[in-house]
Amino acid sequence: MPDIIIASHLFKHFNNIAAVDDLSFSVPEGKIYGFLGQNGAGKSTTIRMLLTLVEPSAGEIKIFGLDLKRHRNEILRRVGAIIERPDTYKYLTALENVRMFATLSGARLSDRQILHQLEKVGLAARAKDKVKTYSQGMKQRLGIAIALVNDPELIILDEPMNGLDPQGIADVRNLILTLGRDMKKTLVVSSHLLSEMELMADSMLIIDKGKKVVEGEMTALFHPAETMVDLQTNSVEAAFEKLVQTNLNKFIFNKKGDHILFRIHRNEVPALIKQLVQMDIEIVSLFSKHSLENYFLSLTTENQHVESFKD
Amino acid sequence: MWNLLRIELFKIFKRPRTYIAFGAIAIIVFLFQIALWFDGKTYVDLILSNIDASFDFTDQFKHRLLNGYFVCFAILNILLIQMPLLVALVSGDAIAGEANMGTLRLSLTRPVSRTQYMVGKFLASLIYTVSLLLFLAVLALFGSMAIFGTNDLIVFRSTSIHQMSVDDVFWRYLAAFAFATVALTTVASLAFLLSVFAENAIGPIIATMSIVIVFTILSEMNIPLYDRTIKPYLFTTHMVAWKGFFYVKADAEGTTLRGSIENLPAILRSLAILCIYIFLFTGTAIWVFREKDILS
Repeated sequence: MPDIIIASHLFKHFNNIAAVDDLSFSVPEGKIYGFLGQNGAGKSTTIRMLLTLVEPSAGEIKIFGLDLKRHRNEILRRVGAIIERPDTYKYLTALENVRMFATLSGARLSDRQILHQLEKVGLAARAKDKVKTYSQGMKQRLGIAIALVNDPELIILDEPMNGLDPQGIADVRNLILTLGRDMKKTLVVSSHLLSEMELMADSMLIIDKGKKVVEGEMTALFHPAETMVDLQTNSVEAAFEKLVQTNLNKFIFNKKGDHILFRIHRNEVPALIKQLVQMDIEIVSLFSKHSLENYFLSLTTENQHVESFKD
Repeated sequence: MWNLLRIELFKIFKRPRTYIAFGAIAIIVFLFQIALWFDGKTYVDLILSNIDASFDFTDQFKHRLLNGYFVCFAILNILLIQMPLLVALVSGDAIAGEANMGTLRLSLTRPVSRTQYMVGKFLASLIYTVSLLLFLAVLALFGSMAIFGTNDLIVFRSTSIHQMSVDDVFWRYLAAFAFATVALTTVASLAFLLSVFAENAIGPIIATMSIVIVFTILSEMNIPLYDRTIKPYLFTTHMVAWKGFFYVKADAEGTTLRGSIENLPAILRSLAILCIYIFLFTGTAIWVFREKDILS
C-alpha cells in the first residue's frame, strides 16, 4: 500500500514554544489511521498543517505524492475534513450548507444528490430545517456530510465524536468504519476517546508534546491478546536488576517511578506472577490492564521515564 | 471567483443582521419625510434662521425650497455620517464572524486560495455597500421626489448660497451617490482589514467606528496646524467631498453656471485619496490573511 500522506520533520512554533517538534509520519492508503495524543500534544496543529490552515515552521508534507505547498488546491479537491467542532452556518439549512460547501469544493451537485448525501448521514428528513435547530449529533453528521461532499479519497476527522451521546458515537463510528472498510477511503481520525480508536483504527500515531512517541499498525503495537501488567514495588531498582537477567526481560515494557510495566500475552500472566514471587520481589500491587487507554497512558503520562521499549 | 462571490452574497443576504441597516435607513428616511410633510415650514424657517438676516425670504421662496431634492440633500447630510456604522456591521463581520462561528477553518480547507477567498468577501462587502446606497437613493431621492415634487435645489453654506435649476440637479445626485459608494467602501475596507485580526465581529465594528469618529472629530477641528499636517491625510476629510457636486460656479453677476462644479479638482483629489486608502486597507488585509495561521 502506498502512503497517502508523508509528513517529514514537521516543526511548528508559536511564540518560541514548540507545538510540533520534528514530527514525521506516513499514512497508508485505504486505512483508518488513528491520531492520538493528550490535550496540547500537537494533534490539532498537525491536522491543521495537513489542511494548510497552519503553516509549518519547517518540514515537508506530501499528500497523494504531491507537495502540499505547491499543489494545495489540487490536493484539497481530493480531501474532506472536519476540524474540532463541525461548525456550519446556523442560520442556513442543511441543504444550503451542503450546497455551499459543495460549490466551494468544486463539486456540482443537484439538490437530489445533496439530499442523497444527507440521507447517508440520516439528515434527509431535516434537510430544510435551519442548523440552529439541530442537536449536537445532527450537527456532527452534517459536518461529515459536508466533509464527504466532494467524494474525497482522504478524509481527515479531528475529534469527530466530541460532544456526542453514546448513540451518536456509535453512529459516527459505524460511518467511519463503512468509509474505511467498505469504501476503502483513507481516514485520519484524531480522538481522545481511546476505546473508540481501539475499535476503528488500523494504524496509529501517538504524539506527546509535539513529538512522535510511537507509530505503527495496531496489531503490531497493541495486540488484542496482549495485556499490560503493572507491578508496583518498594525496591524498583533492585527488582529491575533481577528481572533484566531473567527470561522476563523481554516482557518489560517500561519502568517509571516505583512501577515496572510488562507487556505480555494474557495466558502467560499466571506464570509471570509465579516467577515474581519465586524471585522474592517485594510486590506492593500487581494488576493487569488491557486497553489502548493504558497503553496510551503508559507512553504519554507526565514525567514518565521510559527505560526500556521492546517490541 | 463568480461562485465565491455568489456564496458570499448568499451568506450576507441570508443573515437577519444584514437587514438591520436597511431597516434603520428606512426608518430614518420615513421619519424625516413624514416630519417635513407635516411641518416642513418650521424646518425651513429653522434652516433660514441661520442665514444672514439681510436676506429677505418670501413665502414663495420657502415653498420652492422645500422640494424632493432639498429633502434628499438634508437626509444625505444626516445619514452619510451614520452610514459607516451600517457598513461596518457587515464588513467587520466578514472574517471575524466566520472565525467566531468556526466556519472559517472549514471554508479554508476547500480548494480555494486565500486570496480568492478574500477578494470574494471584499467584493461581496462592496456589493452590500452599493445596495445600501441604492436603497438609500430609492427612498431618499426618488421617495422624496415622489412625495415633495421637484424644483430648484438651494444649498446653504456658511458663506454662500448655491442654487441649481431643477434640470441641473439629478445628475449631481448620481455623482454624489457614486462618490459616497467610494467613501463608504473606504470604511468597509478598513472594517475588513480589522476583521482579519479578530475572532469576534464586535471588535472590528467598534474599532472601525472609533477610528471614524476620532478622524471625523480631527477633520472638523478648526486648528490651523492640523489643517496642514493631519487633515489632508485623513480619509474622513475626503469622505464628505460628495457635497462638492452641489457647490456651483457663478458668473460675475452671480448667476449660477449650469452644469458647473465649483472645485472639481478637489473632488477628484479626494476620490484618488480614498481609492488609495481602499487599496492599502484591502491589500494589507489580503496580505495578512495569506500569512495567518488559522487557529479559531
